[in-house]
Amino acid sequence: MSAGSAEPKGGERAQVRSLLEIDRRERLAPGHRACAGCGPMIAVRQILQAYPEDPIVVNATGCVEVVTSVYPETSWLVPWVHVAFENSAAVASGVEAAMRALRRRGEIERERPVVVFAGDGGTFDIGIQALSGALERGHRMLYVCYDNEAYMNTGIQRSSATPYGAWTTTSPYGSVWPGKREAKKDIVAIVAAHGVPYAATASISHWKDLMTKVRKALSYDGPTFLHVYAPCNRGWRFDPSLTVEVAKRAVETRFFPLYEVENGRYRITLPVTKPRPLEDFLSIQGRFRHLLLPQYREALEELKRMVDERWERLTRLASARRAE
Amino acid sequence: MAHAVRQSNVDLVAAYPITPQTVIVERIAEFAANGEFKGEFVPVESEHSAMSACIGGALTGARVFTATASQGLALMHEMLYAASGLRLPIVMAVANRALNSPLNIHGDHSDIMGSRDSGWILLFAENVEEAYDRVIQAFRIAEAVNLPVAVNLDGFTLTHSAEVVRMLPDDAVESFVGRPPRRPTLLDDPPKSFGLMSLPDTYQFFKEDQQRAMEGAPPAIRAVEEAYRKISGREYGPVKRFLSDDADIVMVMLGSYAGTARVAAAQLRSEGIRAGVVSLGWYRPFPADELLRAVEGAGSIVVMDRSVSYGASAHPLASDVMTALYKAGLRKRVLSVVYGLGGRWFAEEDAKRLFRHAAEPGPDFESFFYYGGDRS
Ligand SMILES: Cc1ncc(C[n+]2csc(CCOP(=O)(O)OP(=O)(O)O)c2C)c(N)n1
Ligand code: SF4
Ligand SMILES: [Mg+2]
Repeated sequence: MSAGSAEPKGGERAQVRSLLEIDRRERLAPGHRACAGCGPMIAVRQILQAYPEDPIVVNATGCVEVVTSVYPETSWLVPWVHVAFENSAAVASGVEAAMRALRRRGEIERERPVVVFAGDGGTFDIGIQALSGALERGHRMLYVCYDNEAYMNTGIQRSSATPYGAWTTTSPYGSVWPGKREAKKDIVAIVAAHGVPYAATASISHWKDLMTKVRKALSYDGPTFLHVYAPCNRGWRFDPSLTVEVAKRAVETRFFPLYEVENGRYRITLPVTKPRPLEDFLSIQGRFRHLLLPQYREALEELKRMVDERWERLTRLASARRAE
Repeated sequence: MAHAVRQSNVDLVAAYPITPQTVIVERIAEFAANGEFKGEFVPVESEHSAMSACIGGALTGARVFTATASQGLALMHEMLYAASGLRLPIVMAVANRALNSPLNIHGDHSDIMGSRDSGWILLFAENVEEAYDRVIQAFRIAEAVNLPVAVNLDGFTLTHSAEVVRMLPDDAVESFVGRPPRRPTLLDDPPKSFGLMSLPDTYQFFKEDQQRAMEGAPPAIRAVEEAYRKISGREYGPVKRFLSDDADIVMVMLGSYAGTARVAAAQLRSEGIRAGVVSLGWYRPFPADELLRAVEGAGSIVVMDRSVSYGASAHPLASDVMTALYKAGLRKRVLSVVYGLGGRWFAEEDAKRLFRHAAEPGPDFESFFYYGGDRS
């Protein structure tokens, strides 16, 4: 099985247009220990509901894992396993490959879908080697990175997904630092470079788009990847009632573009023709508030430049592909 | 070794190459390429992922295997605890090799001693045939007690040697290992959660359960060894005794140099030195009772360690032996000897020199690094 061999099967049939089309059965039980208004938990719940059948969940160490699995209780109504922080893609590889062997022996009828939920730390940083290996080997799995842009479980430390200028406990702002000094890693490009059939970004604020992308990913026979924007009110310093609003503004300001890479072709799935000012997104979060002070003006300009550049690059990639 | 895996109805092999283990995985890959190995071969990108994939695979109820050595074992260290904590019957071959730094690809036991307390059953093979036999046995042992098993064999000495191995026929091994018994898996209905977080109120219970499983493992291991004897005529047991019954000095060791020591012990008899050798087939669970029976008549015990416990007064195997003696209320002259690090040679003459030294009157406890006549 190779990563790039699958034919496109996504498209129209995968489109989720209304709530009526989705399985309303919960796969994640209520009563878990996440903070009120936790973005990652919204992502997990929505993604699981987009599945036509129960997947096997492999969960990396991080917020989602710890809030759902304190012995002797579990929030998971589907098969679930947590092994460690950096190896979810490898654990999932083993689950998937072993099911293939068991099916060949006639001991199981068919393989179940495997989905990974890992944070940005578990994906962009410590887990990137295991992820790369699994993508290269072509294991059939949907790898979901829920991105809350820092290591939240250990108390809001920077990751390579933390945006430029953001405050975290290990990227504080001061007279020398503007907050985080480095740009966010382009994980989707890294994943797409492995030649996987489907990789996309999505946001909890755009649930139809998110669920459509899950369905599309599931239509491929190979590794697929979703990078899901999932605000964390604790770490980003905003009111828990604003989680979806913050995610929405990230999209509307072009801060977090929604796009997909299907068989190597980029497509912006939500063209933002009239972006809102970036300040609309920054000003409602404590982690960026310093950027609006006069002494951090340069950093703010730098961040805006990065946002524009990324949008231009995506537009270029998307139109280049169209012109082919 | 690879043949044992091919014959044992293994579903998943996930492994990463490292000298001197490479030969094992290359052969398994070859078997897979020719359709002789019926499971999945997953050529992972690291040993950490090898053990992670084994854990994932084992959680579906499949039978899984990996092999590693040295740096590879060190890299997967974190996952060794996950495997044993999840009570998964994973089998691993460890081609024991020294640890960097300085870089050295030759044999010693530093790798496995660093993972000694990770909750794995540890078996040691002295020769290639024994390694083959132990891997086959390991699947049934692991599945009987729900603990992972590491079969240790000395790097190069055993991995790169051309010895005659009396392999068993495929069908004999296949029916001996059968298929893994049912255990809780990710495929169960209703669904189960694995690898939960446990707080200070419960964590220690899980750890005690693992200790109980380890302590309770001997009868299961013996039963598998006995069943295997019936199909192969070969039996190793927890300790292998050689001339130890009437010995004044017993050398206790792990791994392939036991043969060297036996030759030395036999030759010393003509000099009037009553030397004997005890080689451990099991290291965890530690066969204290069998060991005591083998050494109780001796006045001196020379405990040979191919690894170092830095700053400790006695090295790993010596500490275990002395604890066993203490439990039995026995006080003997004990020599804790470090030897063979990084593949350093150890010949019959060396074993004899140590036996002779131990035969002389001396302090109750000595600990030193052994080099031979000089440090050259
Ligand atoms: C090998 C290892 N290093 C460090 C940790 C500590 N640790 C646990 S979760 C975590 C951060 C998780 O961040 P992320 O993946 O972004 O998930 P989030 O907590 O934000 O949901 C860290 C650093 C660990 N469990 N394992
Ligand atoms: S800290 Fe953030 S990510 Fe973690 S549970 Fe709370 S809201 Fe969710
Ligand atoms: Mg995070």
